[in-house]
Amino acid sequence: MDAERTYGEHATRARAALDTCDKVPGAAKPDPILVADGVRREFGGIVAVDVAHLEVQRGSITALIGPNGAGKTTFFNLMTSFDTPNTGWWSFDGRSMEKIASHRTAAMGMVRTFQLTKSLTKLSVIENMRLGATGQVGEKWWNGLIPGLWKEQEAEITARAEALLARFNLAHMRDEYAGSLSGGQRKLLEMARALMTNPTLVMLDEPMAGVNPALKQSLNAHIRDLRDQGMTVLFVEHDMDMVHDISDWVVVMAEGRIIAEGTPDDISRNPAVIDAYLGAHQGQSLLEDE
Amino acid sequence: MDWSLIIENSLKGLVGINAVYFAVAAIGMNVQYGYTGLLNFGQAGFMACGAYGLGMTAHYFDIPMWWGIPLGILFSVVLGLLMGIPTLRLRADYLAIVTIAAAEIIRLVVRSVRFKTYFGGSDGINNFSESFREVGTDLGIQQSAEYGFWPFTFTGRELWTLIIGWLVVAFFGFLVYQLMKSPWGRVLKAIREDEDAVRSLGKNVYSYKMQSLILGGVIGTFSGMIFALDRGSVQPDNYSRDVTFYVLTALVLGGVARVTGSIIGPMLFWGLFTFVDNFMRQVTEDPIKVGNFTLLQSTQVGQLNYMLIGLALILLMVFRPQGLVGNRKEMAFDGR
Repeated sequence: MDAERTYGEHATRARAALDTCDKVPGAAKPDPILVADGVRREFGGIVAVDVAHLEVQRGSITALIGPNGAGKTTFFNLMTSFDTPNTGWWSFDGRSMEKIASHRTAAMGMVRTFQLTKSLTKLSVIENMRLGATGQVGEKWWNGLIPGLWKEQEAEITARAEALLARFNLAHMRDEYAGSLSGGQRKLLEMARALMTNPTLVMLDEPMAGVNPALKQSLNAHIRDLRDQGMTVLFVEHDMDMVHDISDWVVVMAEGRIIAEGTPDDISRNPAVIDAYLGAHQGQSLLEDE
Repeated sequence: MDWSLIIENSLKGLVGINAVYFAVAAIGMNVQYGYTGLLNFGQAGFMACGAYGLGMTAHYFDIPMWWGIPLGILFSVVLGLLMGIPTLRLRADYLAIVTIAAAEIIRLVVRSVRFKTYFGGSDGINNFSESFREVGTDLGIQQSAEYGFWPFTFTGRELWTLIIGWLVVAFFGFLVYQLMKSPWGRVLKAIREDEDAVRSLGKNVYSYKMQSLILGGVIGTFSGMIFALDRGSVQPDNYSRDVTFYVLTALVLGGVARVTGSIIGPMLFWGLFTFVDNFMRQVTEDPIKVGNFTLLQSTQVGQLNYMLIGLALILLMVFRPQGLVGNRKEMAFDGR
């Protein structure tokens, strides 16, 4: 879109590293943070995900795109242990993730958001944020009884939460119920809450769904910020402008498989991708049945 | 019509032993349902754990009654694990089904002839609470003397159970209040809103739900103990399904997810119940007749009362779903 834009140091480094990669499905990356190998998930007879190989470059923004039903969200669920693959192996930050329970991934530095925003409506915004912090002493019930044990940590967490709220323009909503936020604000809250876990890999499932154009710009900026602070971002999105705008690398899924990988510019010229989105027979007359 | 008697009884109902044991059970159910969103329909089963823990010390184990307290807690922890292990990974409805069935199984087992040696069958267990009474006597409360001022006059026997009962209410009320202010309580409330979100933030949801189920159950156990000590006997049919649902009604009346609600609700429930019951009994001293048709006679007042409870609950849900102390604004976000 805006090829003229000047990229920051992190973006430049990520793009330079990715430029050396082959633009083929399953391409090896110089420094992968997430590696999936032969991950396959079937529901009954339907193969939802069948990823032969995927590597996600550390410190980059990688977009995962594909038509509806391509298996993107299922793939997210598998990577974060919310679902278990029938076969396959995957690793995060050099550690095998097989048999790791979903609640352990956050402490390892992998955090996700959801397609349908999950703000905890009857908790205040600040409580939503505090919940995100990992390793809280007071989350054990016997410690919870003695405020002296967790008050200090709670104050630190609150300070961190307030700083994040300010960054995401939610500081004025601090003490409101999360249920009183608008859809866009909930997206922001969910992202900010995810950051409370101090992640190294942030996985966003359709961060732009239902967000108005003005807020999209600021969400874009927030996602770029994550990379510029050294985090890796993997996100699912349908908004092609946004994908083109912020991602360093694009992975295309269709019918459970990865059909293409490359820079945003490569992808928008890739015939396999156009076929996947528009059908292999696009451009042909519907009247001829030969 | 003797209004002073009706008022006296209603006010006593407000603070009486029924309100006490309901309040303790409701504090427990509030942990599970109000804060964590777990539908435990088997609170009566946990209450039976406490009552039979006490009773079995005399009836089967032949050890001092006080051992019944740890024994009751042990029973309820085991029951919580048995109910929780298969169901807490599943959707909320499964827990509801399993808990209601488990509580009934407990009731049917303890009243069965086969296990009469352990649980006393349908006669239940009597004569185990002397050591509890003795402590009261030692403290100078004469069991048969009258204490208090109008309308709150109680016999020493009632007073002693009431003092201990209200201390237990205060203790668990404070405990739950403290816990729900802590980060631990925050996790429970978050689980009530959305489990997956909490899991994605690195909390072991299954373990927290289990802790909540067991904590609420152990508190319910104390409710059963208070009830058993007050009656001086343990009867299997005092722990049937309807107890659970009346406790739940009382809790909803007070307001869920509030400690005050779980205490005020049972008080009001019994205050109102006693009022209606006393009032109706006086009205129906002579059967109410329309022509030759008897509309209501005193033997039907009991059934009518329970119908009125049902009606009251429906009206409550329609006009004040948040209960007496709840927050209407909070209810509006129920978008699940």
